[in-house]
Amino acid sequence: MSETYAHPNYIKIWFWLLILLALSVAGPMLEIPALTILTAFGIAVVKAFLVAANFMHLKFEKKIIWFLLILSMCLLGVFFFGAAPDVMMTEGDQWIDCIADKSCVEQRL
Amino acid sequence: MSQSTSAVATDTHAEHHEELSFLYKYILPIDHKIIAMQYIFTGMIMAIVGGYFAYAFRMQLAFPGDLVPLYGLVGPGEYNMLVTNHGTIMIFWVAMPVLIAGFGNYLIPLMIGCDDMVFPRLNRLSYQIFLVSALVLILSFFVKGGGFGGAWTAYPPLSSVAEYSLTDWGASLWLLAVALEFISFLLGGINFVTTAMNARAPGMKMLDIPIAVWFIVVAVILFMASVGPLVAGAVMLFMDQRVGTTFFLPSAGGDPLLWEHLFWFFGHPEVYVVLLPTMGIVAEIITVFSRKKLFGYRTVLYTAFATGGLSFVVWAHHQFIAGIDPRMANVFTVTTVLISIPLAEMMFSYIATLYGGSIELKTPMLWALSFLAAFLIGGVTGIYLGASAMDVYFHDSYFVLAHFHYTFFPITIIGMFAALTYWFPKMFGRMMNETLGKIHFWGTFIPFNCIFLPLFFLGLAGQHRRIYNYDHFPDLATQELQDIRVFATYSLIVMIFFQLIFVYNFFHSMFKGEKATENPWKSNTLEWTTLSPPPHGNFKVLPTVYRGPYEYSVPGRDEDYWPQNEAPKKS
Amino acid sequence: MSTHGPIATHRSATGVPSGRLAIWWLLASEIFIFGGLVVCFVLFKLNGTPGFEDASLTSTAAGAINTFVLLTSSLSIVLAHAAIEKGDSAKSFTYIWYTIGGGFVFLGIKAYEYTGKILHGHTLTDNLFWSFYYTMTGLHALHVIGGMVIMALISFDIRKGHNYQRVELIGIYWHFVDLVWIFLFPLLYIANF
Ligand code: HEM
Ligand SMILES: [Cu+2]
Repeated sequence: MSETYAHPNYIKIWFWLLILLALSVAGPMLEIPALTILTAFGIAVVKAFLVAANFMHLKFEKKIIWFLLILSMCLLGVFFFGAAPDVMMTEGDQWIDCIADKSCVEQRL
Repeated sequence: MSQSTSAVATDTHAEHHEELSFLYKYILPIDHKIIAMQYIFTGMIMAIVGGYFAYAFRMQLAFPGDLVPLYGLVGPGEYNMLVTNHGTIMIFWVAMPVLIAGFGNYLIPLMIGCDDMVFPRLNRLSYQIFLVSALVLILSFFVKGGGFGGAWTAYPPLSSVAEYSLTDWGASLWLLAVALEFISFLLGGINFVTTAMNARAPGMKMLDIPIAVWFIVVAVILFMASVGPLVAGAVMLFMDQRVGTTFFLPSAGGDPLLWEHLFWFFGHPEVYVVLLPTMGIVAEIITVFSRKKLFGYRTVLYTAFATGGLSFVVWAHHQFIAGIDPRMANVFTVTTVLISIPLAEMMFSYIATLYGGSIELKTPMLWALSFLAAFLIGGVTGIYLGASAMDVYFHDSYFVLAHFHYTFFPITIIGMFAALTYWFPKMFGRMMNETLGKIHFWGTFIPFNCIFLPLFFLGLAGQHRRIYNYDHFPDLATQELQDIRVFATYSLIVMIFFQLIFVYNFFHSMFKGEKATENPWKSNTLEWTTLSPPPHGNFKVLPTVYRGPYEYSVPGRDEDYWPQNEAPKKS
Repeated sequence: MSTHGPIATHRSATGVPSGRLAIWWLLASEIFIFGGLVVCFVLFKLNGTPGFEDASLTSTAAGAINTFVLLTSSLSIVLAHAAIEKGDSAKSFTYIWYTIGGGFVFLGIKAYEYTGKILHGHTLTDNLFWSFYYTMTGLHALHVIGGMVIMALISFDIRKGHNYQRVELIGIYWHFVDLVWIFLFPLLYIANF
């Protein structure tokens, strides 16, 4: 509790966040999917950054914390790209629901 | 600035802290040393349970269909339950609590020279959650339908649909127990990392931290980074089991491969999570007993970082024949072979540490050396398996089983004995009996090889894992193969008998052994500069650190060791 | 806060106080838990799994109001932290309870949404989209509830003059809960194609 730093103007940040929220709600009304993705997720990233940097004081935090958080996200990315080729492969998806059919269960036991 | 080894007071009860009641001292402790003991003893009890299971199913394999003495009949479902829980227990309730939580708790504050963990109460809570998880697991053996039998990897739909697994509640309790254990280690891990980062003794720079502490910390970070998606997966699997969602059920749009990815994204880093603490323990032991500086401290450290980083990109080598995209198999083969480079480098550093040292074959050293030898076999066979073309044949055979037992047994059992025999004088203030220790060592190490070396050949002969009776497979039911199975089982029984020597030695020495001095092995690290056993608060005067942990046989000194906290002479 | 507990607790070799460092580690592991769910969701969604078009049935208005509520509660908890830094525990107490109030409003709207959906037959097992919807928002709601309980405990603690630093810690956690929602909102409410 000993560090002293100039506080960001919290109210101002909050105000910006609300404007961004309004934008992300308004985005889909234009009904352009590409734009919706941008307004939905692009703005989410900006909002997240504003909250993290100002409210969570990451702006004033040691570099190591940034490193930690960014590394976490990168690893999630690794997981996504490692799993995507399989999970998004739709061939061989013709399983039959065996449970619904009692005789089928018995046959396999 | 005056505390050398001798400046630490030698009377035991000079502390001014209030005497705690038995309840608060041993049942609800916040002292990291007591919590460490709780973890270690719980882990050892679980090891007995896991070992008992192994005994039961190995007997079934050697003498299929016969009654197993002290157990009873092992039917197919029973067999699956035994192997599943044997694996789960040995990894999650033995390796992790003893090596990471137990020795981590004991060593981190002592080795970095502070009086306790940063959050002692959180530490206690982690243990309590861990204990509950162990009890839930044990409970799962006794519910209707029996314990879960869908392998420690719990692939759905077998694990998610009660009609398939036939263990409705067993499966859910098993999953719950594992999830609780993860939470316990997440909380514990946060505590460990924060302690090691923040609570170091004045003067202890990053590169003055003993390798054992470093490796436990790296292991914990690997655990924390890999387990999250699996926690999410466990929630999903639990809902599949209990609520009827279909996340992993292919018949309703779900994807069982997704679980495999979630599991192994954790599962592979997990093998390094258990490996690294033992590697660290071995580093401490081989430097002390060869009186040499660790060869390439930085190299060893960086190879651990490299291994840790790479361990996140190799997971699909467990899924080569699970129907994954063949192009990905290429990628994962390359990364798997790559990961053996830093690990081999680390091994070479250890061997180079031994080279030219004055090696003293005390019991801990025997364990440490045997770890290196046995783990080498485990690591090398891993490279065979990493090549996807070969793995098509090896997968799910006894070759894989022998591979990972040549890694896990050295890590868990040998590592545990190495650490226990080495730190016993510090933990209990008495020496263990050397002769009994050596008999126990040979009585464990030789049967270990007799159990698992033949399994490589069984695997090459095509013997599949997780089959309760090979009589049903004419190709595998031959006399020669059966002889090998019987031999392995007899070796296991021999090994179990030799453990009695350890139990005797352990408890006898704890109460009747020769009194240990503060620093019986003439070691450098900080835990040896305080009393044996250390008092509440660990150090009379918290130490200041002046040098790295491995300054052995430094030329120009009378002593061949140089404690980290010994103030340099003013010249 | 400076005399009790082990000396270890008060050391700070990294320069980041231990409490805050631990919270960041906790959040890093939470990122993996929520991130794991989100990655699975995105994998299914990009794969065109049947049922995911149901995202159009979630009420964007309710989601947006809830985003607003959480953002505002984030503001009040950070103001609580600013107040306690000046030593004003009474003001901080009030702000903490505003935040808790925000949590209640959030949960109320969530409950209203859940009821509506369930009455329309969109239960947990309806299809994969709804399974994810309830799992993700449910796990998030558990975090909201946990945060509210801890905040209530802390609020009484600081009134007695103890553990002022905890306001900042719970604040960081609460912002994280807010952050998770910031991402769940577009995923579950807006992106319905
Ligand atoms: C250089 C190091 C290593 C390599 C290249 C390697 C490679 C592999 C591969 C490719 C498999 C999959 C085989 C299959 O299922 O067909 C495997 C299985 C396994 N490995 Fe390793 N490994 C290494 C080190 C380790 C270590 C250090 C441990 C343990 C601490 C370990 C534990 C396991 C386990 C438990 C399995 C089997 C999991 C199961 O299917 O139940 N490995 N290893
Ligand atoms: Cu692996």
